Amino acid sequence: MTIQSTALSIRALSKVYGNGKAALSGVDLDVMPGDFFALLGPNGAGKSTIIGIISSLVRKTSGSVSIFGHDIDANFSVAKQHLGVVPQEFNFSVFEKVQQIVVNQAGFYGVPRKEALQTTDQLLHQLNLWDKRNEPARNLSGGMKRRLMIARALVHKPKLLILDEPTAGVDIELRRSMWEFLTEINQAGTTIILTTHYLEEAENLCRNVAIINKGEIIENTSVKNLLKQLNREVFVLDVRDELMACPEVENYQLRLRDAHSLEVEVEKGKPLNDLFAQLAAKNVAVVSMRNKVNRLEELFVTLVKNHEKRDGAGGRV
Amino acid sequence: MKIQHQWVAFYTILRKEVTRFLRIWVQTLIPPVITMGLYFVIFGHLIGERIGQMGGFDYMSFVVPGLVMMAVINNSYANVVSSFFSAKFHRSIEELLVSPTPSHIILLGYVAGGILRGLAVGAIVTFVSTFFTNFIIENPLLTILVIFLTSALFSVAGLINAIFANSFDDISIIPTFLLTPLTYFGGVFYSISLLPEFWQGVSQLNPILYMVNAFRFGFLGVSDVNVGLAIGGIAGMLVIAYIFAWYLLHKGRKLRS
Repeated sequence: MTIQSTALSIRALSKVYGNGKAALSGVDLDVMPGDFFALLGPNGAGKSTIIGIISSLVRKTSGSVSIFGHDIDANFSVAKQHLGVVPQEFNFSVFEKVQQIVVNQAGFYGVPRKEALQTTDQLLHQLNLWDKRNEPARNLSGGMKRRLMIARALVHKPKLLILDEPTAGVDIELRRSMWEFLTEINQAGTTIILTTHYLEEAENLCRNVAIINKGEIIENTSVKNLLKQLNREVFVLDVRDELMACPEVENYQLRLRDAHSLEVEVEKGKPLNDLFAQLAAKNVAVVSMRNKVNRLEELFVTLVKNHEKRDGAGGRV
Repeated sequence: MKIQHQWVAFYTILRKEVTRFLRIWVQTLIPPVITMGLYFVIFGHLIGERIGQMGGFDYMSFVVPGLVMMAVINNSYANVVSSFFSAKFHRSIEELLVSPTPSHIILLGYVAGGILRGLAVGAIVTFVSTFFTNFIIENPLLTILVIFLTSALFSVAGLINAIFANSFDDISIIPTFLLTPLTYFGGVFYSISLLPEFWQGVSQLNPILYMVNAFRFGFLGVSDVNVGLAIGGIAGMLVIAYIFAWYLLHKGRKLRS
């Protein structure tokens, strides 16, 4: 894989802060153009440090970063033209008006004012901020501020958009509408890298995923491949009629959760037809079925725990 | 970044800076006019009439250039130090740091904003002074050159202060404990020829003395110092301060972790 063929290429990236804390230890990562990529990891794993280095707010200790083939040190200006960043914390002047904030950001990328105004108007409409365009940013709600940062990051039309926990603290309805918006711009060709704590978000939106823990990438694969690693799944079955006891069926371990629901753990890929047939024979009518837990979340916890066990057992992976 | 894109980035920073000080004009443009107006009334008019002549001019005419220069110095410095430090404090400076805008354009944009506020305040104070005295500017080009170089120098100094500052207290230390005493002892209100020889020598170590006197020379044609040396000194300090500020920005000192 050549650097030119990637949207983002990170090689042997390390960061040691002034207090001696190693935040990143030789990270290698490639993200392909057009991808919707999730960077997952617990708090303090190094996600924000990686984003900080890519956006040049954090100085790397060693290693290299290229954006669409342009090294951020050797070809700083071109590399940055391709990049839009939505940080985790609000970082705009709360005294400035919404429209000014977005238009000014375009100016910092050399976009002429007339063109910047047109793009800003379009983005503010798309992100439902048009009515607030003349309001100082301090008057916006938390969700609106997040959308403002997305508009600001997109105003110079970057090919790579990085979002650091964009839906943190955002209500469910707004989160869904942001997902739709991000999916749209990804389908229109923008490569997106997302860090999130909501693993459901990564599962629903992203095609590929890297998991980082203690400054090291411990898994880098497609979401599908990652989910394949789960060999057992737990389903909750809601039943129509009240159950007095747990029905006995062959080849499946059922557990009575309450009078109207059962729980069954099965090997991944094992057909459930036989289970339903046995339940039907016992006059148990299943009206709905769902996964007991978020599957990716379960796997994420397992991977991080395994990494920490290996780490503790002597030497890092 | 291409030259035309750099121009757009520069214009954007400058426009943002001018919009900022015009938006809060009650804090930025009015106070210096009130303060200098009081100086004109009390020192120039009420006390000045008893002082008589200074440097061959009535006292009011003598203090006008010094007071205009004092307003320009304070406002150029204050504009950049407060704007840049606020951007750092609220982290909106990251808008610029993540962009391809080169360090010299960021510096030029903020300094140009400081110069414009300094010149705006200088123009208003000069206009107010015409209600108290009549004067003809002896050498307009020299006057403009000195005021431009001085406001540029203090704008750059304000930016350096803002880069190093960790709190709002840190941006008031330099103006309170350094700029104000140096300005008051910099020949704004008196000619250093009135001082004993020793204190004349000490005064000549004060850079603001040269700025005030070069500016007064442009206004009235009189000076306590060599004007060529003064302009050369201001330009030299500006070049050194500018290179240092650019270096700090380029290295991301106190801006990037």
